[in-house]
Amino acid sequence: METTAIGLWGVPLGILAGAIRVSTPFIFVSLGETITERSGRINLGLEGTLVFAAMAAYAVDVLTGSPWLGVLAAMAAGSVFGFVHGFICKFPRVNDVAIGIAMMQFGLGLAFFLGKPFIQPVAPHLPSVPLGFWSNVPQVRSALDVNVLFLVGAGLAFALKWGFANSGLGLKLRVVGDSSDAARALGLDPDRARLFATAVGGALAAVGGAYLSLSYPGLWSERVSSGQGLMAVALVIFARWNPVGCFWAALLFGGAGALGPALQSVGVTQGYYLFYAAPYVLTLIIMIATSSPARSAAGMPGVLAAR
Amino acid sequence: MTVRADERLERSAAAARGGSGAVVELLARRAEPVAIGLIAIGIGLALFSLFLLAVGKSPATFFSLMYVGGFGSWFSLQNSLSRAAPLLLTALCVALPARLGLVVIGGEGALALGGVAAAAAAAPLVNIAAPLPTLFLMAAAAVTVGGLWIGAIGYLRHYRGGNETIASLLAAYIAIALMNQLVEGVLRDPASLNKPSTAPLPPAYWIGKIPGTDVHWGLAIGLIACAVSYVLVEMTTWGFAARIAGGNARAAEVQGLPVGKLIVGFTTLAGGFAGLAGMIEVAAVQGNANASLAAGYGYTGILVSFLARHNPLAIAPIAILLGGIEASGGLIQRRMGLPDATVLVLQGVLFVVILFCETLYGRFRIFNPELWKRDA
Repeated sequence: METTAIGLWGVPLGILAGAIRVSTPFIFVSLGETITERSGRINLGLEGTLVFAAMAAYAVDVLTGSPWLGVLAAMAAGSVFGFVHGFICKFPRVNDVAIGIAMMQFGLGLAFFLGKPFIQPVAPHLPSVPLGFWSNVPQVRSALDVNVLFLVGAGLAFALKWGFANSGLGLKLRVVGDSSDAARALGLDPDRARLFATAVGGALAAVGGAYLSLSYPGLWSERVSSGQGLMAVALVIFARWNPVGCFWAALLFGGAGALGPALQSVGVTQGYYLFYAAPYVLTLIIMIATSSPARSAAGMPGVLAAR
Repeated sequence: MTVRADERLERSAAAARGGSGAVVELLARRAEPVAIGLIAIGIGLALFSLFLLAVGKSPATFFSLMYVGGFGSWFSLQNSLSRAAPLLLTALCVALPARLGLVVIGGEGALALGGVAAAAAAAPLVNIAAPLPTLFLMAAAAVTVGGLWIGAIGYLRHYRGGNETIASLLAAYIAIALMNQLVEGVLRDPASLNKPSTAPLPPAYWIGKIPGTDVHWGLAIGLIACAVSYVLVEMTTWGFAARIAGGNARAAEVQGLPVGKLIVGFTTLAGGFAGLAGMIEVAAVQGNANASLAAGYGYTGILVSFLARHNPLAIAPIAILLGGIEASGGLIQRRMGLPDATVLVLQGVLFVVILFCETLYGRFRIFNPELWKRDA
């Protein structure tokens, strides 16, 4: 990358570009998890869904040449993962957190198994929108070359916030998440609602996975995700189960994730691994800062707060 | 979780009633986890066989190769036992906090940092101190670092209310980054060119093999750790208090139990065991600390602990079983042309099915003596 022309400005620009690029999977996974948790269930297994979806999207893209078909395939796979999680958790004595961990290991294993033949081939990427057309500086142009999915994710965050507050479906979901008894009194079936909320959550997380393999980094490998799915779940707590909060938090995490590469691009190579760890450290710090032993977090769905 | 407490009740009840009926009742209770575990493994293997058939491979060949590669010969059995050693310790890192109702899944990080701490402790002592004290100090350093790492998660959980499951996994990513930074930075042996590593441990300083075998002493250390954990959990007041706190933390606090101290103590011990696993990898397998420390033992340990239902004694056979499954991976890969992730798929299927089968507990009349009388 040509950095001398803009010198140290490359660092904040790199972080901005990274925030936009890296945040997209965070946005989709955290929105998906928000829907699931608002229904009163936790799915910790979205890391597995994310990686499997990345593989599925890439494989379908390689086979058909259409990245959008890849996204659809990923969503189908993600909803199946969510469906399985939701189905198993319907049974008494089954622990949803443990099932999440198991589904994560299963998803990773299955993705590595089925994805072996797709590590080499090259597949077409998802299109992006050149929002940096006004600038002559190539770095600015490349930083503002925004992927379509980022824009979809941003729009979805605001739409979901509106939907939770105003749509009938959103209200039903919140009732189920706040009290199983209240939901039953209204004639709603909490297990069914949670089953569908987990499936939708899985499908959304899968879009994040498709972004990983079809846009940035834009290839399939076994290291395509290193805990983004998990961090996104932590981020939901930080965002107080608010979809728009998820969007801003995802941007923040994206920026933190871009810190290492941005510094490297201007020649700072000391402590590469430590900068690489920045998003994890940030997540932990935020968790420590925002959690409280005495009371459950504001905005927490009642069913989750009660346990 | 409360097997032992049930059993004590049962014993006193049996003593009161006397007779052989009590023995039958006790046997029925004891048989429940074994039977449900076997059912779960059966379902898991059946599903995995369907998967193999779907990708056009023979389940029969797969399982016979798994047996040959894991347990079929003295050579492969020794290989399995060597792999089981770290699994025993990383499984304890899950099982001990589980007694308190915590799901800690970051053992991989404590193992990695424990290995680095052991290598760092050895560096100034090698060729100066005698091997045995050096190994002892290496172990102490590893246990301390691992214990602090996971103990901090317990502290965060109790005193800050943070989610220990997510926090421990995040901490594992941080630990592995730290390990890479240290191994490629200040602790790097300049002679290690292709694979950045710490200075090699001279052969005299290695943990030796158990006489007559090719299995290192790490296996014995792991088994002792399981036995000690069993005694701690099942036979001491701390273990009893931890179980009560795991059942209902608020009730335990009202009872005056030091829940915070129990959580921090148990998680610290758990992390210490995982750290010790790292030290054993350095002093018995790798000979130095390098990126291979993060080989997934911490993650497989989660599965071992859940399969064992967090019972330290059950961890031993299951760790050996999974050690064997992993040991046979190479053979299966070569003979059947299956990717190395096949073992991961099998483990994932087993994990999901085992947890699913938790729902079967209490459903079979034959295992629940109190249901017998209700009908009579």
